[in-house]
Amino acid sequence: MKIAVLSGKGGTGKTTVSASLAAAVGQCQYIDCDVEEPNGALFLNPRIESETPVYVQIPEVKEDKCDGCGDCARACMFNAIAVVKRKVIIFPELCHHCGACGIACTKNAVYEAPRQTGVIESGDNGMFLQGKLNIGEFITIPVINKLKQMMRNDIPVILDCTPGASCTVVKTISGTDFCVLVTEPTPFGLHDLKIAAALVKKMGIRFGVVINKAMDSDKSIQQYCARHNIAVLMEIPYERRIAENYSRGILPVHMDKTYKEKFIKLFNSIKAGAAS
Amino acid sequence: MVIAISAAGSDMESRMDQRFGRAACFAIIDTETMKYEFLDNAAAAASGGAGISAAQTVADKNVKAVITGNVGPNAGKVLSAAGIEVYYGKDVTVKENAELFKKGSLEKITSSAPRHYGLRG
Repeated sequence: MKIAVLSGKGGTGKTTVSASLAAAVGQCQYIDCDVEEPNGALFLNPRIESETPVYVQIPEVKEDKCDGCGDCARACMFNAIAVVKRKVIIFPELCHHCGACGIACTKNAVYEAPRQTGVIESGDNGMFLQGKLNIGEFITIPVINKLKQMMRNDIPVILDCTPGASCTVVKTISGTDFCVLVTEPTPFGLHDLKIAAALVKKMGIRFGVVINKAMDSDKSIQQYCARHNIAVLMEIPYERRIAENYSRGILPVHMDKTYKEKFIKLFNSIKAGAAS
Repeated sequence: MVIAISAAGSDMESRMDQRFGRAACFAIIDTETMKYEFLDNAAAAASGGAGISAAQTVADKNVKAVITGNVGPNAGKVLSAAGIEVYYGKDVTVKENAELFKKGSLEKITSSAPRHYGLRG
């Protein structure tokens, strides 16, 4: 079973929920897909055992075959190539690795060369994975693809997404059995929950909501979920104790036994939701 | 000499556009005859690489100099490979900038602005 944890809004508690779920379940694989700023390791403290580089293919030019016609530059949708004075100038950081330049070249002068844009760190016998995008890169998908290739099929997999609802999240949640939408009772939390819910509905993935920092004085999320027939799987109360422990890298499940039970209950609800 | 001036509109009375990569238009002017044409800048709304594409556009017109506000590092690399010199234009019309250039009163840019400089709010 593949479970993705997403939120729309940042800072609602995706990592708290996904790392707590992983810690409570035990026999599962946790994958940090928040490749621009992975931080699940701060709570799960994995022993990192290996690194796998992530490469993309970028164009290079065989100068003896190139006549400087400029077809490659005109084919590039991302303005990553210019041809002036019959010389090709490539901007690798703008390349989206689509290969159009190579197809457009009729002189067979364009070839592909690997360029590293990130790394996968693997720990605890492959039960912990995190993707790290190199500083200055902005194309996350190749790192996500590599992480997803390394998913286990014999045990539950928990995918910790990036905030938002753009390509990186779409790529992470595609093919999963269940999505957990983590939100908080604020206007921003509700606003972005609506976007995340629209995304998972459009992708046809079963889902439920976890309300973090829940409080009696604001029931906007519960009301929204009731109106739209969305299951609220769990509520984590707005408590100073949780925040203080979090700031020391201690998850709610490590703080007190009742939370471990609550997260196991959450896992069982997810299983039931995915099978329904 | 054929020059390009980044322009906010498509006539000689338009202001120079301070941005290069995301300028609305380019005026291509022959300073001897003062004959000109205006090109829409296809890169103005590009999600990335606007400067590179704009530099390609003016290089394809075989201009020898560009007059604009600021040029980013990527555009600077393409313009310099094409042997095109870049001059700081004044905050006046395209026509007035062309005349200032002819008189030699515009300053040459030797270093590029930081990335996305022209997008500051």
